[in-house]
Amino acid sequence: MNNKYLREELIRESGVNPKKCMKCGKCSATCPAYDEMEYHPHQFVSMVESGDIQPLLQSESLYKCLSCFACIERCPRGVEPAKLVEAVRLAAIRKQGENRMTANDVAEFLDEDVPQQLIVSAFRKYSK
Amino acid sequence: MKVSYFPGCTLKNKAKDLDLYAYKSAEALGVTLEEIENWQCCGGVFTTARDEVATKLSSVRALKEAFSKEQPLVTVCSACHNVIKQTNHAVQNDKEFSDKVNRYMGEDGGYFGEAEVYHYLEMLRDLVGFDALKEKVVNPLKGKKIAAYYGCLLLRPGSVMKMDDPENPSIMEDFIKALGAQPVVYAKRNECCGGYVSVESPDLAKKSSNQVVQNAKMQGAEMIITACPLCKYNLLKNGADIPVVYFTELLAEALGVKEDTDEQ
Ligand code: SF4
Ligand code: SF4
Repeated sequence: MNNKYLREELIRESGVNPKKCMKCGKCSATCPAYDEMEYHPHQFVSMVESGDIQPLLQSESLYKCLSCFACIERCPRGVEPAKLVEAVRLAAIRKQGENRMTANDVAEFLDEDVPQQLIVSAFRKYSK
Repeated sequence: MKVSYFPGCTLKNKAKDLDLYAYKSAEALGVTLEEIENWQCCGGVFTTARDEVATKLSSVRALKEAFSKEQPLVTVCSACHNVIKQTNHAVQNDKEFSDKVNRYMGEDGGYFGEAEVYHYLEMLRDLVGFDALKEKVVNPLKGKKIAAYYGCLLLRPGSVMKMDDPENPSIMEDFIKALGAQPVVYAKRNECCGGYVSVESPDLAKKSSNQVVQNAKMQGAEMIITACPLCKYNLLKNGADIPVVYFTELLAEALGVKEDTDEQ
């Protein structure tokens, strides 16, 4: 997919308008996964805006986002960066053979107390 | 009062307590929870992607059934509640999405987000009333210092969940007060425990969970209450050294219906 088309697709899919961002960095300052991320929420916004999307598609950052919606709640401009993270993550894992997690992986984290909610949530986020 | 009730998969398995105590307590408060027939798992997390349709249908079906019975839809699990409320909001506000959903389900009449969704805590506050709850308490939890853990799912996004002020909530603290205990307010009460990332990055979940527990303890908490099975799991797995219990268990205890639940 060329970048221009992909950019439009991500914007449509997420409903985010990256042009509204004023680059204050508050989303990244409040992000609990900040230290684990290579690209931070504000960079998802600016990199999608500039069409620099390939590095995001390959980044581990996609799998560190907790979907905690803190960046959505606290952005003073209502940009909602996590919706872009979600759209890029889906663009990555929807490709054939690109699932981050398969049923075989469940055995690795399964213990007596694991709630069903954890398994279904992980599948929703890491597998298509 | 009768309400439609969506339990969710975890409440029928690992979080049976959350479910059983919810039933018993509701009964004691004069509310009948009518379980949605043939409910399906909500999927655990809402996806904000607008073209994900099939994953949201279980919520729409539950909502539609509640609406057809003219009942509010009540959920106890933070995750189910978040998914169902966000789905209802999407059906209400995204026409392209609601058209697709209705075409997919192919039934007469369609569904356009008419049902009302309540978290069990909202039901206590808005339908039962915390004052009425207080009067029904037979076993007040006097002097107990309890930290409410909201996590992320109950409150966010605030514009959709509309449960409470997402940055300065009070519903769980008011609940604790109604039971006669003393709420402990702490900064991390609405920060994430690490959620599903515990399978991908256990260290990140450990860090997040520890911050919550340490912060609650620093403010004097003897116990943490939650509405989320995954929060409970993460906090306990990552070394919480004070009890982490479901808010419904505390409720059942205060209402004096916990023991007869335990005997079952
Ligand atoms: S908080 Fe909002 S406006 Fe500020 S950098 Fe992040 S997305 Fe941009
Ligand atoms: S939703 Fe994701 S990107 Fe946003 S603050 Fe939470 S972890 Fe960070």
